[in-house]
Amino acid sequence: MSINWFQSIRAASILLLCLISAHSHAQLNIEIFGGGASRIPIAIVPFADENKLQQSITAVIGADLQRTGLFRLIDPAGLSPHAPVEVVYPDWANRGANALVIGRVAAVSGDQVEIQFRLMDVAKKSQLTGLAITVSTSQLRAAAHRIADVIYEALTGDVGVFSTRIAYVLKRGNKYALQVADADGYNAQSIIEYTEPIISPAWSPDGKQLAYVSFENKKPIVYVQTLATRERRAVASFKGSNSAPAWSPDGKRLAVVLTGQGGSQIFLVNADGSGLQRLSRSSGIDTEPNFSPDGRYILFTSDRGGSPQVYRMAVGSSESGNADRLTFEGSYNVSPDYSQDGKSFTFIHRNNGQFNVAVQDIGSRQVQILTNSKFDESPSFAPNGKMILYATEINGHGILSAVSRDGQTRQHLTVQTGDIREPAWGPLPTWK
Amino acid sequence: MRKLLGISLIVLLSACASQTTQPEVDDLTAGSGAGAGLGGSDLGGSGSGRPGYFSQLNDPNSILSQRSVYYDYDSYSVKSEYRELVLSHARFLRDNASASVILQGNTDDRGSREYNLALGQRRADSVKNMMTLSGARDAQIESVSLGEEKPRALGHGESAWSQNRRTDILYRGE
Repeated sequence: MSINWFQSIRAASILLLCLISAHSHAQLNIEIFGGGASRIPIAIVPFADENKLQQSITAVIGADLQRTGLFRLIDPAGLSPHAPVEVVYPDWANRGANALVIGRVAAVSGDQVEIQFRLMDVAKKSQLTGLAITVSTSQLRAAAHRIADVIYEALTGDVGVFSTRIAYVLKRGNKYALQVADADGYNAQSIIEYTEPIISPAWSPDGKQLAYVSFENKKPIVYVQTLATRERRAVASFKGSNSAPAWSPDGKRLAVVLTGQGGSQIFLVNADGSGLQRLSRSSGIDTEPNFSPDGRYILFTSDRGGSPQVYRMAVGSSESGNADRLTFEGSYNVSPDYSQDGKSFTFIHRNNGQFNVAVQDIGSRQVQILTNSKFDESPSFAPNGKMILYATEINGHGILSAVSRDGQTRQHLTVQTGDIREPAWGPLPTWK
Repeated sequence: MRKLLGISLIVLLSACASQTTQPEVDDLTAGSGAGAGLGGSDLGGSGSGRPGYFSQLNDPNSILSQRSVYYDYDSYSVKSEYRELVLSHARFLRDNASASVILQGNTDDRGSREYNLALGQRRADSVKNMMTLSGARDAQIESVSLGEEKPRALGHGESAWSQNRRTDILYRGE
């Protein structure tokens, strides 16, 4: 009982909620496990004159590529070509490299830097692609991510996601911070900090706003906050609980879960909080809505069949109780999130008391369980559908983890102190 | 100690009401009834001005001093062993029209936070339904959920989890 008492004292002492927008010094550390059998061997030569910069470009490019599990880095030691005429292809073939990255950095004016890079095909002895970009020295990591995207796209044919951002909630002591960071965990910034829980961040399709649920007023209320201005508004603060925001693909509406009319049911509301419209109608729990990329369907979790399972309903048929049950294996399948092509979804599957990340193909209904940890939560597809970000636990601490779509590669993103949870992978940047 | 916890929570809620800057928010302390609004000044325990029924609620020999209903895993049905507790509070609300309660549903921390929020709501609603069927009025009861976000017991394992699968009955103004 003394613990209870202490908690309530602590609750009373945290009445003064504070809005803090200061930079967080949380640094995410990344560990990588496993890896696909057929990784592309690639050598990345440090760019000419990049050692004069505050930030190594090629180190960031290498780390980006390695995290996908699709690449194997070949040590370039002893060889340092920076232009095509300096490349001796047999040297690289002997080291087992299929691809080679070379380049140079040059100061332009003021704090502007020009970065030139080329991706060379070792077998064909020719250039595959190249790029010259001019950035300020404060944007060196962003430039490196952009180059990694170009390399990834040239060698895999898929869209790169190294220039995307992630959102998550960091709990430290009795403080909850909604943070946004680069996809590799760097440049973490607190969007908002409270002494009451924050859950369920959701990116607007243009990446400019976050919807989330805050308990700052002693019950869950849905807010939308603009990242650039930090301006925010309550979009669902009705009687009862307001939670589980999901954006429509056009960014004009949100699906939310309200309890004011009995049960937990899914409603649509305009992004400015107007035009409330009931969408689901069951006597049970309907929650965790997630729009299909074409906006026609919503996946959601419902216990209407006796246990929580993933269902799909058409958005057009409003106030219809009609929904197709999609999951049938096991008695607990929750937290669905569509892949970008709309053909599959990731979710949390419980088996023998373990909660794991799974993927189901919608057409064939085939399920693949991707993790083997104990307490996985909140899976979120990368915008290219190749990785899934989720929350899990190690030694009693909440951490973020990412697993490749095929389950072959996993990586942990950890912070020095605190619990990290509720991740959401942001959309592709608008220039892509 | 449980009584102290209840009091400090209500004080917390009351204090918040005076600070809120968003009138559209449906604050939990906005209930009507003689009990509402008294909590803040009552921490000293003088008892002056409190409705007489509070002494009954806090009599350790009365079942009314018991305020928590516990649940099985994944379940929101009120177990038979808590039936008399819930019905006693329902009768008390029926007989004291000015009394009102907040029911806070809670879950253990396994699984989805959003699903747990909905499950906690179902737990609070199940107690509310039982109370209204037994004579309490709808307006006397607000059911809300804290999901897995406010655990009473920390850590993993059934001993912690079983304490967190719970609906708490909090009287306004207590």
